[in-house]
Amino acid sequence: MAYQQRKIPFAGTIDSNPETKPFFEACAAGKLVLPHCGACGKAHWYPRGVCPHCMSQNLSWKDASGQGTVYSFSVMKRAPVPYAIAYVTLAEGPTMLTNIVDCDLDSIRIGQKVALRFVPTEDGPPLPMFTPA
Amino acid sequence: MSLKGAAYIAGAYEHPTRKAPDKSVAMLHAECAIGALADAGLSKSDVDGYFCAGDAPGMGPLSMVDYLNLKVRHMDATDIGGSSYLLHVAHAAEAIAAGRCNVALITLSGRPRSEGMATGTTPRAGNTAQPDVQFEYPYGPTVVNVYAMCAQRHMYEFGTTSEQLAWIKVAASHHAQWNEHAMLRDVVTVEDVVNSPVVASPLHRLDCCVISDGGGALVVVKPEIAASLKRPKVKIIGMGEAPKGQMGGNVDLTYSGARFSGAAAFEMAGVKPADVKYASIYDSFTITVLMQLEDLGFCEKGKGGKFVADGNLISGVGKLPFNTDGGGLCNNHPANRGGITKVIEAVRQLRGEAHPKVQVANCDLALAHGTGGLLGTRHGSATLIMERE
Ligand SMILES: [Zn+2]
Repeated sequence: MAYQQRKIPFAGTIDSNPETKPFFEACAAGKLVLPHCGACGKAHWYPRGVCPHCMSQNLSWKDASGQGTVYSFSVMKRAPVPYAIAYVTLAEGPTMLTNIVDCDLDSIRIGQKVALRFVPTEDGPPLPMFTPA
Repeated sequence: MSLKGAAYIAGAYEHPTRKAPDKSVAMLHAECAIGALADAGLSKSDVDGYFCAGDAPGMGPLSMVDYLNLKVRHMDATDIGGSSYLLHVAHAAEAIAAGRCNVALITLSGRPRSEGMATGTTPRAGNTAQPDVQFEYPYGPTVVNVYAMCAQRHMYEFGTTSEQLAWIKVAASHHAQWNEHAMLRDVVTVEDVVNSPVVASPLHRLDCCVISDGGGALVVVKPEIAASLKRPKVKIIGMGEAPKGQMGGNVDLTYSGARFSGAAAFEMAGVKPADVKYASIYDSFTITVLMQLEDLGFCEKGKGGKFVADGNLISGVGKLPFNTDGGGLCNNHPANRGGITKVIEAVRQLRGEAHPKVQVANCDLALAHGTGGLLGTRHGSATLIMERE
């Protein structure tokens, strides 16, 4: 079946939470950035103003490779336009909630390699999603 | 100081309604309170502690305490979703042991069915001050697809099948046929479940719980009061609670917080999973039951599919009778929160007051466990172990 893109809502505004505003500004510029911790060296997800691994606030944004692997997924069949929610494990380590887009939804598999694809939202910046690599 | 035996469950009441368009949520809370106090043989003036969660209208416990005009000296409105009420029983036992109250009333009520709530299939934005919302809501997390991702991963890691998950619904339906109040009383087969429409892959319509109006209440008392009452004595001997989330991005969907809350409860009680005669296991979806059974130690991690198959959860048939009221899968899931009904059916079993067709013989040790919130994003787990004295 041909892929149909559902409308993506954005929640709040780009600066609803000041410490994650740079993330959404990067999205608007078509870049996926991840917060990296200068104290413990780890990246984390979802982005926040304090490292969830060590509580350091010594964080900086670094470009992500955009490569990932499907950790799990579910195709929401009972929706006006079916869509695939997924957890994708990024090459940088963290696993993020996202959508798998632009493919036959019934062909998605755990372990599948996927690549970054920004998808426009209705009332905010485009957001990072993934499509089979 | 161990809290083992610090308190007893003296009153338990499940509202018989499953659809209540003619009653307010506060009224349903009140009717449940009346029922549980009458069951215990206590009255309004005996209540000096009150517990409720997010289903209660108003700010925390304040509106319901005022509506019921209770004179309490201890209150707690900890909200961990549908598992709140198991945690409340534990917190009531703690408060009683600390001398903060003698008679604790716990109530739950709601009417999502009358309000036409599409509980499991509609994404809800929530407040963007909640730090995960902006990073999750746009991707369309509903209730069912978040649990479905746990099922998908379980199948991938352990070879669990839809047919094995279906056995959980089949067992619940065998029990529900005897419950005159149950929403779904027809016995279903594995084929019925796997042939029902997929809601969110790999979960089918019949892998999901019901949406019902109603509620329940519990009365937890100190030992001296339990001894003075006429009802069979249900002693709380083990309790545990645990949150589980995404661990900063180290997501692991293969286990739940039951791993921690269950271990704490079993340690306090000094019993093993094999000693448990009856288990109330939170059943928002079939996968919820399967993962909790593994995490509580009823079977090895990854072997849950085999454990639940072939009627092993059916009373009188299998080794571990579960949810003999029909559970959330078939009987009742009031306010989209199934925790209190889990405790209520365990109390019925320990008192010997379950339906004769599902009553477990010599049921002297029971467990009740809940998962509140969303299993695949962030949830709260709470476990209780109770003994008939
Ligand atoms: Zn760190």
